[in-house]
Amino acid sequence: MDEKFSASAGSVVAGIDVGGTFTDLLLIDGKAGGKVHIAKTPTTVENQAFGVVSALGATGFPVDGIDLIVHGTTTTTNAVLERRLARTGMITTRGFRDVIELGRRTRPQAYGMTGTFVPVIPRDLRLEVSERVEASGAVRISLDEAEMREAVKKLLDAGCESLVIHFLHSYANPAHERRAAEIAAEIWPNGHITTGHALLSEAREFERGVTAAVNASVQPILERYVERLRKELAGKGYARDFLIMNGNGGMISARFVTLESAKTVMSGPASGVIAAAYTGKRAGFGNLVTYDMGGTSTDVALIRNAEPAVSNEIEIEYAMPIHVPMVAVHTVGAGGGSIARVDAAGLIQIGPESAGANPGPICYGRGGAEPTITDANLVLGRLAPKKLLAVDNPVTVERVTGIFQEKIGKRTGLSGVEAAGAVLRLGNMKMAGAIRMVSVSRGHDPRDFALFAFGGAGPLHATALARELGLPRVLVPARPGITNALGCVVADMRHDFVNTINMPVASLDEAKLRAVLERHRDEGEALIAKEAVKPDAIRVTHSADMQFVGQTHIINVPLPSLAVSRETLQLLFEKAYFARFKVELPEIRANLVNLNTSVTGVRPQIDLSRLIDPAGRAATLEEARREIRPVWYHGTWHDTPVYAREKLPLDAAIEGPAILEQMDATTVLEPGDHARSDADGNIIIDIGEA
Amino acid sequence: MAKLDTITLSVLQAALQQVCDEMDLTFSRAAFSPVIAEANDRSDGIYSAVDGSLIAQGSQGLPVFVGVMQYSTKTVIEMIADGRCLAPEPGDIYIVNDPYLGGTHLMDVRFVMPVYRDGKIFCWLSNTGHWPDIGGSVPGGFSASATAVEQEGLRLPPVKLFKKGVLDPEIYAIICSNIRVADQRIGDIRAQAAALLIGQDRLNEILDRYGDETVVEAIAELRRRAAEQMRASIAVIPDGVYRSQAFVDSDGVVNEPLTINLAVEKQGDTLTFDFAGSSKPCAGPMNSVLATTLSSVYLAMRHIFPEVPISAGAFEPLDVKRPEGTFLDAKYPRPVSGCAAEVSQRIAEAVFAAMVQALPEKVTAAPAGSSGNFALGGNDPARGRDYVMYQISGGGYGGNAGHDGLSNGCSTIGISKSPPVEIMEQAFPVLYRHYALREGSGGAGKHRGGFGLAYEVEILRGEARASFVMDHGRFGPQGALGGKDGAPNSVTVFRGGEAHVPPHLSKEQDIALKAGDRVRVGTPGGGGYGNPRERDPKQVAEDVRLGYYTAEQAREMFGGEPVNG
Repeated sequence: MDEKFSASAGSVVAGIDVGGTFTDLLLIDGKAGGKVHIAKTPTTVENQAFGVVSALGATGFPVDGIDLIVHGTTTTTNAVLERRLARTGMITTRGFRDVIELGRRTRPQAYGMTGTFVPVIPRDLRLEVSERVEASGAVRISLDEAEMREAVKKLLDAGCESLVIHFLHSYANPAHERRAAEIAAEIWPNGHITTGHALLSEAREFERGVTAAVNASVQPILERYVERLRKELAGKGYARDFLIMNGNGGMISARFVTLESAKTVMSGPASGVIAAAYTGKRAGFGNLVTYDMGGTSTDVALIRNAEPAVSNEIEIEYAMPIHVPMVAVHTVGAGGGSIARVDAAGLIQIGPESAGANPGPICYGRGGAEPTITDANLVLGRLAPKKLLAVDNPVTVERVTGIFQEKIGKRTGLSGVEAAGAVLRLGNMKMAGAIRMVSVSRGHDPRDFALFAFGGAGPLHATALARELGLPRVLVPARPGITNALGCVVADMRHDFVNTINMPVASLDEAKLRAVLERHRDEGEALIAKEAVKPDAIRVTHSADMQFVGQTHIINVPLPSLAVSRETLQLLFEKAYFARFKVELPEIRANLVNLNTSVTGVRPQIDLSRLIDPAGRAATLEEARREIRPVWYHGTWHDTPVYAREKLPLDAAIEGPAILEQMDATTVLEPGDHARSDADGNIIIDIGEA
Repeated sequence: MAKLDTITLSVLQAALQQVCDEMDLTFSRAAFSPVIAEANDRSDGIYSAVDGSLIAQGSQGLPVFVGVMQYSTKTVIEMIADGRCLAPEPGDIYIVNDPYLGGTHLMDVRFVMPVYRDGKIFCWLSNTGHWPDIGGSVPGGFSASATAVEQEGLRLPPVKLFKKGVLDPEIYAIICSNIRVADQRIGDIRAQAAALLIGQDRLNEILDRYGDETVVEAIAELRRRAAEQMRASIAVIPDGVYRSQAFVDSDGVVNEPLTINLAVEKQGDTLTFDFAGSSKPCAGPMNSVLATTLSSVYLAMRHIFPEVPISAGAFEPLDVKRPEGTFLDAKYPRPVSGCAAEVSQRIAEAVFAAMVQALPEKVTAAPAGSSGNFALGGNDPARGRDYVMYQISGGGYGGNAGHDGLSNGCSTIGISKSPPVEIMEQAFPVLYRHYALREGSGGAGKHRGGFGLAYEVEILRGEARASFVMDHGRFGPQGALGGKDGAPNSVTVFRGGEAHVPPHLSKEQDIALKAGDRVRVGTPGGGGYGNPRERDPKQVAEDVRLGYYTAEQAREMFGGEPVNG
């Protein structure tokens, strides 16, 4: 672990991503000219390390020959969503222990007066001590150290293995939290002590408290997991430090990751977006809307100039905010398993109910009885019946079509096939609407973007969605099903910093701004220097969160350098605001809310041209064709050629309608679409006129 | 109807909804007023060219605006027709906030814009935003003791604020010289107009793609089907008359409770709402105008049937008898500032209390049902400036067939978040001594009510005046089907160490405070659902273990001994 590993183009890098169903591995062997090894093994839910090791085994590649392993894990994500958390105690300012249970006075949905909420830490494990800091940072009541000791002991006796110290206004003056942590450390048997200000030094006690509580509650779990994996890997001959994917889309040494465990909670979706940005940049598409459709939900993110949008305000579920910089992935509650029905008004509705993975769509043969979007794809010939029906107990296409007729067609006067067509069209339309709200509706011109489709079902719907959204192009990567693992392989090391300024631009001290940004840069560089991997280069980017004085929402404005004048700030903001809202407000002053910096340790370029083995490519399009089958588009059947994606000649030009099948994804070209392949094996589809 | 198939119809339903959702999003994101930007106290919709009836409304609009804007749009159309309003031209936007012309209170300012196709008005787009101030005797507009609408602020009939796309500087100047913090209103005006313009763009795209005729047909058909859907939802209710009552603590001027009497008659597939026997119009600001009363019924029904889309059709099977002669149908010049925030929630409570008898599986016991408005206006000597601080707060929700009620939920008519304590202390010279779950406040029941909020604020510097417009101080939110009421709202002001309880319990204006004085508030708990003795003893024990109730409270409220397990 002492030697500093310098990943060069000639090294062997393995990315391993654990998903809900499968653990995906992508190994690129730089020593063999970028030869690619891929493995897909079932995820082992109880201990993800087993799945990781079996994926490594499945490649046949000697583990001791791997130079670097980068790993994306859902250990913490699952722990939070399933509330399988470490027993955690919280000590707060007297009078404020309920903050994380009260929330910000909300309800789960606008209409309907029901709903439930379970706080991350139960009330009996939340204790209070005397101490109070004012908003200015002035101490009003000193920390009662005896009470603090007492509270720590009580929580220890109650069986807690992790501790949160969350005091009011600790972002303004962290002295009490620091002292309290010292006292706790004297008694606490392990290092699992999280202070509120350390992770997020910003006002808003609920958001900061929940962020800290999530961090503490997953820390022991992540630590155990990392330790298990380290042992497993060492047993196979990999003794180096490995890296773990963070929610900001950067990787961090497994030795440091647990300190800020909360940052790994959204890392799965982030790595997919990182892979998209990387792939898109190589393909010449800097502006992307990423679209990862799964069974129950769909993840969407926006990439501009090859940079994924980052947000400090992610909410992972109702009243569960994690306010640390993370790739802004929006989850839309519709996926392949979304159920279609006819409502009391005789109209077809899609979702929000989902058949999920169990029982899943009808065609999975696990007892699903309600028609879903995936079933519609099957009925319409978009999904190959042979491939899908092999999964479990076979259900015939006729039977699925019959269910569409029965459940949808009967009341709407449609045949089974027409009903499936309607479900698909409406599903795409709804999904497009939700995607528009979180992407192109925010002042971006859709014509400047391409849709990057991945995940099992993304490429199946991509052309229809692009049409609906007005995006002229779709990019389907070579290996849509292992995009997250690719994200691990290509991710950089990254650290993000936020400082709240909250001052009108006119009264800013330019030198102080510069000092803040310089400090960010220095801290980030120091952190990257500690990593086991030496970067090729260090890239530093700065941005400002701004608003007009009096507003509460912010707009993120990229800064050209760390030396920005007040005039430049004002100008950049006004430009960004006009682009978003088409509104000019010369009468109102601008306000600088936050300064942000991200420091990236750039890793060497990785060659993606062999993701699809060049040797397997056919000489002509004809040779790559598997069959011709009828597929339903816009109300009629079209005889559609079906190609084996990995056999397509690299220079092939494909006219829609066509279907491209590969191991874990199906891409649909609608009539009028044109597709071509690029050097990395991406399929680029120009959307034809509707 | 031949060419309008189900698929196109379903697609257009979703498309029109998305237009409204995008207007909502734009309005919130661009707004200055935190009431709009953070609290989402706004709504956007599409209205018929003929009679202003509602075609579609944003799904994240403030619930109390459900259906309201169709009345103001209708009024604008009528006033144009009889010449009381200037005739519209492309690019015009009317502004109106007159409560008696299909509104709520004066702070809710409506923009109404015609959308033209081929030189004719195709439909209207309208939105409402709650402005932080509209003039009147108190900052913010919630005067607890106003006795005429003139004391509540500037009242605007429909006038063209934008003429052919250009802001009219004269009308703008009149508005600005009548309201407080006028310098930021230009930002809200631009945001409110930007939302309508984005809606117009999106709508034009849909019309271009599907054809105006098809969309017109679809709108008519969607309206018919929404009515059908509401009728189908209603049809499962057993025929009969379901009666309920709800009480407003007082009108803020005369210290007597106001009664809402409601009889809901279900016959076939129609519900008739009759408020006969409710209190007369009141002297203080707890009157409701007709549009708000209707909207309150609609929003309560939508809480019960959230799956029915919001459109005029959905309201057709809901026959609300005009409550003439009561405080639920106030006429000029009755003061109305409390109608949108508080009276509307009592009307919704009456609807819930009647409907829970009819649909026990779907409807909850009464929620806290108050916006919990606490305003503090004062001077901060350390910063040498005046300030106005608003604290809104949540309360417990009612228990229901499946679960206990949610704690510290937002108001029935709102979806707004409350401000963080740290932000309040940064902005104002106050210190919160506690901000906690109000123990013991959830009404007992098989499924208990959620808990209210307990907070106490101390004035750190200078002098200030406190005002309260809350409710449920006299009686707690009502339990249902044998469940007990939640704890009532409580306000105590400590002045120079002496406790003062407002005579009207939940409402008072201009209580003078000095540094060191404190305001302590406990918000209502939700009503319990079902017989408390049927509550699982293990759940009772768990509630005691978590400190939600003391062991003694648990014995008293739920009976028997809590079981440890």
